[in-house]
Amino acid sequence: MSTNLRIALRFLTARRKAMVMSLACITLGVGLFVVTQATTTGFERFFIKTIVGTNGAIRIEDRIQETLRTMEAERGSDASGFVVEVKEGRKYIQGIQDPALLIAAVQRFANVSGTSEVLYGSVEMRSSFKNEAARVYGIHLDDHLQVSDLGRQIVRGDLADFRQTPAGTLVGVKLAERLQLEVGDSFQLQAGGEVRRYRVSAIFETGVGDIDKDRLFLHLGEARSLLRRPTGASFIQVNVVDRDRATQDAAHMEAVLGHSASSWQERERTWLDVFRALRLSTSITVSVFTLIAGIAMYNTLALVVMEKTKDIAILRSMGYTRRDVTRIFLWQAAMVLAAGAVLGCGLGAGVTYGVSLMRIRIRGIFTADHFIVAWSVWHYLAAVAISVVMVMAASLLPARRAARLEPGDIIRGTAQ
Amino acid sequence: MSSPGNVSPAGARPLGDPVLRCEDLHRSLGQGEGRVHVLRGVSFAARRGEVYAMVGPSGCGKSTLLYLLGLLDVPDRGEIWIDGQQMSRDDDAARTAARCRHLGFVFQFHFLLLEFTALENVMLPMRKLGRWGPSEMQDRAHALLASVGLASKTHRLGNQLSGGEQQRVAIARALANEPSILLADEPTGNLDVRNSAMVFELLTGLARKNGQAIVVVTHNPELAARCDHTLPMRDGLFLT
Repeated sequence: MSTNLRIALRFLTARRKAMVMSLACITLGVGLFVVTQATTTGFERFFIKTIVGTNGAIRIEDRIQETLRTMEAERGSDASGFVVEVKEGRKYIQGIQDPALLIAAVQRFANVSGTSEVLYGSVEMRSSFKNEAARVYGIHLDDHLQVSDLGRQIVRGDLADFRQTPAGTLVGVKLAERLQLEVGDSFQLQAGGEVRRYRVSAIFETGVGDIDKDRLFLHLGEARSLLRRPTGASFIQVNVVDRDRATQDAAHMEAVLGHSASSWQERERTWLDVFRALRLSTSITVSVFTLIAGIAMYNTLALVVMEKTKDIAILRSMGYTRRDVTRIFLWQAAMVLAAGAVLGCGLGAGVTYGVSLMRIRIRGIFTADHFIVAWSVWHYLAAVAISVVMVMAASLLPARRAARLEPGDIIRGTAQ
Repeated sequence: MSSPGNVSPAGARPLGDPVLRCEDLHRSLGQGEGRVHVLRGVSFAARRGEVYAMVGPSGCGKSTLLYLLGLLDVPDRGEIWIDGQQMSRDDDAARTAARCRHLGFVFQFHFLLLEFTALENVMLPMRKLGRWGPSEMQDRAHALLASVGLASKTHRLGNQLSGGEQQRVAIARALANEPSILLADEPTGNLDVRNSAMVFELLTGLARKNGQAIVVVTHNPELAARCDHTLPMRDGLFLT
């Protein structure tokens, strides 16, 4: 153990109560930061998992047609060199004409892990209880399972039944509730004047209220027949290996394939911004504790410096340098900080675990029955980093003041 | 102004070159109209193995001179040499290093670090100097405390020792790095008569034995009379 550290350790006892207060503030600051990050990030990640698991990482739909272009004559020695500048525009032609060709092209992107051709349309759904407007999604089940969490979203019934039954359907949980449908029940779908009968093979719950209340899945062939669209697709749902790269991949696909492609980040920008703002605001709020810890540490060290001026003078007279004195006081702050960081991380982990067991019913943007937390070492590192910056910055001032003290002045002052 | 040559008591023999020397030291203290010219051109030299007593009324500049000689303060004018090396104009780091190597201090108010034991207090200068290993430092600290009669109290905290004992620990600490110069500011000023005599004997006896120059500031004429040289001061100058 270095001499400065040894001296700092003993000086810590000089203002035990004040040091304990600083320790408590650091512990609370670190702990609460970890908890708020764990919960906000937990819910954010769960939301992302839900929307990616439902609507896919990338959706490719309407074909793009450039309508106007800026024209520039070739600039040569004989050319006039004129330019016709117009505001560029684009036109979207609804749907995908040749989904097989587009899927083949999409699958050549390195990050793509699955594609699913989807055809959707509006229908009226009739049960013996009531009628509801609904949206039919025609899919190839096995393809769609590769680009969504549909398999895990089944809450009642069996996917095998859907796979084996041409007239089988997968119905959103809220839609089923509204029509009072259960697995095995029959219902009718009306589209373009034609009415057909189907059976509920399974009921799914994505957690996204708007989807669960009006979506049902049919086999793609059945959907084509019902909606009278024998060719084409409404969109291609794409899954990727690295979902954080979805935005770049979507932009690349749009440029290469000539179809609009939107990543989950673009589609859900509003909610993602809400989560980001929430995470930031809670970080700022709980960082106030760490700020208070810094102020408390400043006060404590300032008091210790005042109490220890004679000790500083005698250390300086023995040959301890100004840097030694600075280090002695910074070591004190560092020791309290280290203890606070360890206790804070422990507190954060404990409270995070406790919160994760708390029951809370959330429906709407996702479905959760308990608090969702994220365990990430970065939350702990960020909490410790913030406390290190605040506490050490606050400690620097009294430490430097201690180092600037002139031993002659102190001893003369004491002797008088 | 005074020099050791003309204030040495009869029988005192200078040993070699002065280990501590100053010339024409000036120092003013205070601010603005309250600024006082405390030292008015003091010159002085101290040799190894000899004890110098600075005496005089309060405010005559004894302690100010001691702090300047101890490199705890910087003169407004004049020079200080320690072991032949000019120090008064050196930067703080060089003066701090010189204090560690060459100087030992004993103050009136003991100035022990109360959270440390007697042994640890004595080891503090040695730890900074870094000349000895941990076990050697411990052995030396034990020996120094034994030499001041505190062999049985090495593990007592500073605040568990009496005033006289604390001052003896301070003496042991001042001697820890084998300094060539020992500076003592009223070392017995806070002690009773019996402890004063004992502490003074210890201080001078150990320093003489080790061949160290000792400069003592004291108000006690009896103690001053037992020093090799008495340097009376008044109004910032030695009286010749």
